[in-house]
Amino acid sequence: MAGSVQAAVTRGTSTIHSERLKWMRRGSRLLLYTYLTIGALLVLIPYFWMVSASLKEPREIFQVGINFLPHTFYTENYRILFSDYQIVRWLINSFAVAGIVLLTNMTFTVTAGYAFARLRFKGRDFMFFVYVGAMMVPLQVRLIPSFIIVKNLGWLDTYQGIASIQLIEFFGIFLIRQFMLNFPRELEDAARIDGCNWFRVLWQIILPNSRPALAALAIFTFTASWNNFLWALVVINQPDWMTIQVGLSSMKGEIIPWGVLMAGTFISALPLAILYVMLQKLFVQGIVTSGIKG
Amino acid sequence: MGRLMQYLKDDEARWGMLFITPSVIFFLLFILVPVALSFWLGFHRWNPLRPLGEAQWIGFGNFHELVTDPDFLRTAWNTFVFVVGSVSLMVVGSIITAMSLNAGIRASGLYRGLFYSPVVTSLVATAVIWLWIFDPQFGFINNVLRDLGIPQPRWTASRDWAMPTVILTFVWREVGYFTVIYLAALQGVPEELKEAAKIDGASPLQVFRHITVPLLMPATLFVLVLGILRATQNSFAVIYVMTSGGPVNSTNVLVVYLFQYAFEFFRMGFASAVSLFIFVLIFGLSLVQFRLIGRRTELL
Repeated sequence: MAGSVQAAVTRGTSTIHSERLKWMRRGSRLLLYTYLTIGALLVLIPYFWMVSASLKEPREIFQVGINFLPHTFYTENYRILFSDYQIVRWLINSFAVAGIVLLTNMTFTVTAGYAFARLRFKGRDFMFFVYVGAMMVPLQVRLIPSFIIVKNLGWLDTYQGIASIQLIEFFGIFLIRQFMLNFPRELEDAARIDGCNWFRVLWQIILPNSRPALAALAIFTFTASWNNFLWALVVINQPDWMTIQVGLSSMKGEIIPWGVLMAGTFISALPLAILYVMLQKLFVQGIVTSGIKG
Repeated sequence: MGRLMQYLKDDEARWGMLFITPSVIFFLLFILVPVALSFWLGFHRWNPLRPLGEAQWIGFGNFHELVTDPDFLRTAWNTFVFVVGSVSLMVVGSIITAMSLNAGIRASGLYRGLFYSPVVTSLVATAVIWLWIFDPQFGFINNVLRDLGIPQPRWTASRDWAMPTVILTFVWREVGYFTVIYLAALQGVPEELKEAAKIDGASPLQVFRHITVPLLMPATLFVLVLGILRATQNSFAVIYVMTSGGPVNSTNVLVVYLFQYAFEFFRMGFASAVSLFIFVLIFGLSLVQFRLIGRRTELL
């Protein structure tokens, strides 16, 4: 309605003017799609170049000139990757560490967030204030002392050692608390009158209503653990215990075996890529609602 | 009745404390003690092969050495260049991308999903992929430049080009992240405001200048702080993998410098002094960021 009125007005005033506007609009559309296409290519070409190199023979890799597609699908790089490097071991290690981190965060981080949001106890606000401070402590300042502590616990080259620094994410406690603050008090009062203890209230009433926050926390902690590099580099000394990120960086020797390295990079990126394709909305929503780390 | 209420209150408090106990233990062991120990180590000279008790008190020795070390000054400057370079490119890139995605185009969800995918790629994988693309001899970019007859820089192997190379790599991964934040902020800009301005005869450029930009200011402030935080800390993986700080310290940044002193030269006291420097920097910025969160959640 409003559009047709506006169109009629425009037609009435000047046809030349409206013609010019139409061309301007078309021009800006063209510019827009050109920009987005270039952007999409900038994102895609590196991935494409990685997969393509992983399927090229050395002769083709070390050849001057661009060849987008390998001449033959050369799978030898992948065979070398799986026979000469412990990539399967690295992947298992990464999954094991991420599993531990996910487990502790989905229990202890969630219960702590719940306590700060819903329960009243002495010292609660002070502790929460302290935890907010903890969120702002960078890994770098914890690095050397945590290494000393983990070493004294005998945890160097162990799953718990690699996971240790991420067992509880204070940012996660903050996230869960903010989400659970939104529930009305009546929600749990009914259950309390029925004689449920606070754990059952959490389990049966609060958690089923917190799925978006739990999903955001799960994705955040899994990704953070999977991509953890600096700390893993510090606590891992033996090749057997390398996570996929540390293993990948160790493949880069004096002479770089590009084909095999690209195959390894591709395999290393697959688990999160698959997860991302399946849960794209959750990944993106996570940072919009939290927008703090990632 | 009074006793029952008291019991229930105590019960609530007991559960509350029980629920936060694991995180308190973690806080003590992996936050409070480490930070205290870092301060302690910063004033000591300690060989990590000897017991901690044999560390030697040297007062401000480490800090004095730090501010007089030309390598440290170089590294601090490089950190500044890396952060300013990458954050400004990220902000410009993500504003333009977010505005394009918000212009009512077809398949914007698909584009958004695509632009976000580098964020999901690990920093190590990103660094390795771009190392290959920037390879001076066989990389994609130099092959294209050779075909076009343009002289080919040696990228990560060149003292002049190594820094731009690592910045571009980092920006490639991060733009999608900030695009999503800007997109959310843009969707908070009321359409009616723009329509009203258009009816009053404002050109698209004027709408952008006088309506979109002011409304994006809070988001930009937030993105700047978050961008600086991420660039300072996440530079580690990219630089460690691509250049290890070289050639000749031309890409060495504080986080890499800290790692080298602690775990390659085993100078724990000196490295702790470096870590305290980073701590003050990040903690201060985080405080600013935290003040902004409140304002920002209203915005979204």
